[in-house]
Amino acid sequence: MHSLYVVYNALPSMLAGSLVTMGNVALSLTMGLLLGVPMAVAQVYGNTLVRKLVTLYVWFFRGVPILVLLFLCYGLFISMGIAMPPFFICCLVLGCTSTAYQSQIFRGAIESIPRGQFNAARALGMHDNMAIRSIILPQAMRLSIPGWANEFSILLKDSAICFVLGTQDIMARTSFAAARTHEHLALYAAAGVLYFILTLAVLKLLRRLEQKVHVPGYSSGIGMEGMGMG
Amino acid sequence: MNQQAVLRVEGICKKLDGKSILDDCSLTVNRGELKVLIGPSGAGKSTFLQSINCLIPPDAGEIYLEGQRLDRADTAALCAFRAQVGMIFQDFNLFDHLTAEENVAIALRKVRGMNASDAKDRAQNELARVGLARRALLYPAQLSGGQKQRVAIARALAMDPKVILLDEPTSALDPELVGEVLAVIRDLASGGMTMVMATHQMDFARALATEILFMERGRIIEQGAPETLLAEGSNTRTRDFCLRLLEMGA
Amino acid sequence: MLDTVFLANELLPALNRGLLVSLALIIPSASLGFAGGVLLGCARAFGPLWLRRLGDAYTALIRGVPLAVQLMMIYYALPKFGIFFPPFGAAMTSFILCTAAYQSEYVRGALLSIRQGQIRAAQALGFSTLQTITWIIIPQAARRALPGCGNEIVYLIKYSSLAYLVTCMELMGEGKVIASDTFRFTEVFLAVGAYYLAMVTLASLLLRRLEDRFHIPGFGMR
Repeated sequence: MHSLYVVYNALPSMLAGSLVTMGNVALSLTMGLLLGVPMAVAQVYGNTLVRKLVTLYVWFFRGVPILVLLFLCYGLFISMGIAMPPFFICCLVLGCTSTAYQSQIFRGAIESIPRGQFNAARALGMHDNMAIRSIILPQAMRLSIPGWANEFSILLKDSAICFVLGTQDIMARTSFAAARTHEHLALYAAAGVLYFILTLAVLKLLRRLEQKVHVPGYSSGIGMEGMGMG
Repeated sequence: MNQQAVLRVEGICKKLDGKSILDDCSLTVNRGELKVLIGPSGAGKSTFLQSINCLIPPDAGEIYLEGQRLDRADTAALCAFRAQVGMIFQDFNLFDHLTAEENVAIALRKVRGMNASDAKDRAQNELARVGLARRALLYPAQLSGGQKQRVAIARALAMDPKVILLDEPTSALDPELVGEVLAVIRDLASGGMTMVMATHQMDFARALATEILFMERGRIIEQGAPETLLAEGSNTRTRDFCLRLLEMGA
Repeated sequence: MLDTVFLANELLPALNRGLLVSLALIIPSASLGFAGGVLLGCARAFGPLWLRRLGDAYTALIRGVPLAVQLMMIYYALPKFGIFFPPFGAAMTSFILCTAAYQSEYVRGALLSIRQGQIRAAQALGFSTLQTITWIIIPQAARRALPGCGNEIVYLIKYSSLAYLVTCMELMGEGKVIASDTFRFTEVFLAVGAYYLAMVTLASLLLRRLEDRFHIPGFGMR
């Protein structure tokens, strides 16, 4: 009974933390989208040097744990003498990582569109840029929605370790309450439920988006498929 | 005036991995003519057509549209050239995310700079011309192969092309759907459209071609009017090839 | 600028020590997690309805909750039930439970992707159920599941760094201690990052080899 009471008391603070978490995820996801799409285009249509650079970037951010990146970024800012708020560092690190993953989602989608359509667009007199923008990307973006939904849920889970730098997200508030009350189990279980609900809610929203932009002949579906533990 | 060359292609060569795919291919099409490319698979017909509008950039050769030389290095000129040269592909290449109508309209809007409602009207007209007015709002995945190819033809026609290149437009179709597409092309020919077409449809070529060009191993080895090339006892490679096609069909 | 004395005498010995702990954590977690994933995946594909439901619920739960939360729960919860794990044991338990759920997704997907027609064809040829599973289903399912399962192992290598959260002194933990002592975050975590990068790259290469080794032209996945 006591543990329920503790959870009840900590809940307002945890809910406030979920705003921080969602802000963190939203910013990182947007950053990944804005940088990931051009990166994917560069990797498919760019010259050898550009492709190598993108591959290198992806290799690095797929190979280094986020926890390590967080401390590394923290250290870099300190050595430059800049006092950066932890929230910003977390967005930057998650954003850079997400850029790497999202670029691969978009790349796969772009490559899955038959080359013939690109040729057909060029045969109609479109510039390469225009063909990519008005023919390839609209299709690639649709095909990417499930992968993107998956990336969101990965990012949400990954964001749970940002508390090591002291952001005031769900995890930070949970561990603070836990340290004070020693009700670790109940509090972390409540945090788990909160994360679970957030995941489901956003996936539902994205599924609706997918139905909205649905085009006959495309089969895709947002499930909770895919990878990434976090 | 009526014998003016719309498209003139001279000495096109293309090598891939050191292997010559096109060797000194030339072609002149006058207004209202239908030139038919025939030849065995792998002869280079498709590569030739695609190199005429530089989807496969040729290594050497010159291309003239209405007497004007195409500068292939000039991207803007190349795009303008392509906008005037229609292309029909073997596998349709419709844009899967757009309805039939939008497929026809998109180049009008993006390349020709037409406004959306004019482009839509024009698309409607072109679709009506190929007999698909009532399918305008369907997506490619909801159309049959023959319908897809007719949308592709409407898409090319909407650009008011000076010449249309057709790359085996019926060979990806089920036999019962070939007729509807050929009928559209026949209408175009009788309407005076200038065309270059690669095909295996010999009856069609015999009936409508101004000239037949026979390709083998990347070269045009025979060319002439169908009645001379295919004449009884003419002993040409073209006739030989056609007889073999007939045997296989029988 | 590079302080070789610090690197050779302090940092690298500590990181090597941590690397061994990390490997001791990753290898059993990956193996046992994979085994669990195969069992769970089979249960979710072919089990009786209640078992499928249970398996699905478990997987959805694990996948909807951050690993960090799971780790904390196991570390702090088990003592309540009289089970006292050292940090290392808690981390490993949590990794196995988590990775099994993720692996089961690929196993299940691969098993369900095999068309009914092939199973019928095998039966028509007189294969027994066991023979069908051994000679028709497993060779195909394994190939289909391999890329996903392999990827999951790569993820596990990265996420093993979370063990630091429960004070397990693996690669990340050793790095953090030195970084906090010397306040040389940049150098230390560049080195730690390089260690993880090397592990991930090596694992990816091995998995690529494995995929190529079992590659069949034109089969399913590309």
